[in-house]
Amino acid sequence: MKQFSRFNLISLLLGFSFLYLPIIILIIFSFNESKLVTVWGGWSTKWYAELLQNQGIKDAAWVTLKVAFISASVAAVLGTIAGMTLSRFGRFRGRTLFSGMIYAPMVMPDVIIGLSLLLMFVALAVDRGIATITIAHITFSLCYVAVVVQSRLSSFDDSIEEAALDLGCTPAKTFLFITLPVIFPAVISGWLLAFTLSLDDLVIASFTSGPGSTTLPMKIYSQVRLGVTPEINAVSTILVGLVACGVLLASYINRRQAKQRQADEQMAAQAD
Amino acid sequence: MHENKEFYPWLDAKQKPYIQIERVTKKFGDFVAIDNLSLDIYRNEFFALLGPSGCGKTTLLRMLAGFEKPTEGRILLDGEDVSSVPPHQRLVNMMFQSYALFPHMTVEKNIGFGLKQDKVPAAQIKKRVDDMLELVQLGQFARRKPHQLSGGQRQRVALARSLIKQPKLLLLDEPLGALDKKLREQTQFELMNLQEELGITFMIVTHDQEEAMTVSSRIGLMINGDLEQVATPSELYETPKSRFVAEFIGDVNLLEGRYDGSGEFGLTMVCKESDSAIQSTQRLDVAHGTTIWAAIRPEKLEISKQRPEGTPNVLKGKVWDIGYGGSFSTYHVHLPNGKAMTAVRANRERSLEKSITWEDDVYLSWAPKSAVILTD
Repeated sequence: MKQFSRFNLISLLLGFSFLYLPIIILIIFSFNESKLVTVWGGWSTKWYAELLQNQGIKDAAWVTLKVAFISASVAAVLGTIAGMTLSRFGRFRGRTLFSGMIYAPMVMPDVIIGLSLLLMFVALAVDRGIATITIAHITFSLCYVAVVVQSRLSSFDDSIEEAALDLGCTPAKTFLFITLPVIFPAVISGWLLAFTLSLDDLVIASFTSGPGSTTLPMKIYSQVRLGVTPEINAVSTILVGLVACGVLLASYINRRQAKQRQADEQMAAQAD
Repeated sequence: MHENKEFYPWLDAKQKPYIQIERVTKKFGDFVAIDNLSLDIYRNEFFALLGPSGCGKTTLLRMLAGFEKPTEGRILLDGEDVSSVPPHQRLVNMMFQSYALFPHMTVEKNIGFGLKQDKVPAAQIKKRVDDMLELVQLGQFARRKPHQLSGGQRQRVALARSLIKQPKLLLLDEPLGALDKKLREQTQFELMNLQEELGITFMIVTHDQEEAMTVSSRIGLMINGDLEQVATPSELYETPKSRFVAEFIGDVNLLEGRYDGSGEFGLTMVCKESDSAIQSTQRLDVAHGTTIWAAIRPEKLEISKQRPEGTPNVLKGKVWDIGYGGSFSTYHVHLPNGKAMTAVRANRERSLEKSITWEDDVYLSWAPKSAVILTD
């Protein structure tokens, strides 16, 4: 193994601290005994206990989860359809326009998406609440699913669908039993992406929410304006923990699959 | 071992063709992939479609499977017009070039998939899958997924999957393309045996002429969306219809000349490579001076240091190169005007000393019946 030179080591440390120092500080201070965020008063988990008593934060967390789950699920379905259209139908009339319109929300500033959705809801006289936040989140996370699914389909062997048709399977059943299972990992990662995007969205949710539909990021933001409390640190730590667990789990599953596959292929090669 | 030797249904006027392709044209936009093609195939035939890439052979196969619809003309299967029947309702199965195995299903499930679509009872599916696994010798791999198999095993799973419904016609799209040479040759014979055993009509698409000659009862040679010649492998090799066919199938020496009357044997041809007229037993009904070609296969050319007796067709040349191929040697001979000729001689005697070597002056000769005279 190659040894790190001193220069490499220092730049590595600088880089990582740039990325993770703020988060580490946040986590450490969530275990602070003192009520003052910047003064260390010894280790304690009392803020976590206090968190469990805070109905406002618990409600907000529940709203966030609901919105994230529903919007990610709907976006996964719609995004899959869009991704399939883009990769399957070749060069139809208006394809460039269509793909441009699908990808636009990825580069559009959140403020503009939020504002335009707000204007639309107002114009249509829709009562703002959980439903409108969900619709807004579907709108902007759909394109991420479409991109993931489309890139998976680009390496998809179309002849396996033809083989299914050839063996007497109807087109609808072919999609359900052949295409969908093969692209399912892509749909799942699209769903996860949409879920996380919805989970941490503040701007669009602020525009489209109504009374009684405060999401967790909104709650945290509004509390921070009154001053950062160790309680907020605790919530944030939990969020970070959840996301980190998800990422680790996903990469563990991926790695195991890759390893299994490699072993299988080695076995197959020896059989020849 | 091969009953194909006495199998010539296309010569029997009473035989009804099993698959009839009637004046089929297929256009993709302005591009004509298949151009007014007609072809009859008989029950139990092993028919090979051969041709350079882009000649339309795969398009024709896909039309038979139902993935493409003919722009004009129609396709009849066992007397029934299937031109607009979708693929999942046709009694035709296809083995794909990429094998197209379902990656998320085991070997067993892959093979049984077709029967499951037909709502065959599970117990029966199990039995037929087991039989099929035995036929292709994959019994112990039933529970594996496709990526756990070698190339040759995948190929056999794909074959089993396309055979299990006992289709009226099995289409094979370059089925052996992904295998190495040794495995390919072995599999060719397996395919032939299987086809005889099951009595299913096979149609194979390939660009490998050796493969087509080995496995098939008849070959259709395609060029530019139409059939150039349909014949048995030996007919195609020994009596090609045109220079394209002669050059596509095997190696050939072509001499261009002019028709010069019927002569002593059948016809004579004058050409600039030979001092005396070339004689052939073939007869032609063309005008004097018409451009014709003599096609001579390399193994039908005699090569000798002394001027040979007994044949009027002799060319003089110099050995340019010798390719030693083990069982045979290939001699590249240059004629005085620079034209290159190829002669192949079997190495019957085990001798390391060659009687003919580089730079030798040699005579190339052939019997009047050995060359094919072509007008196209």
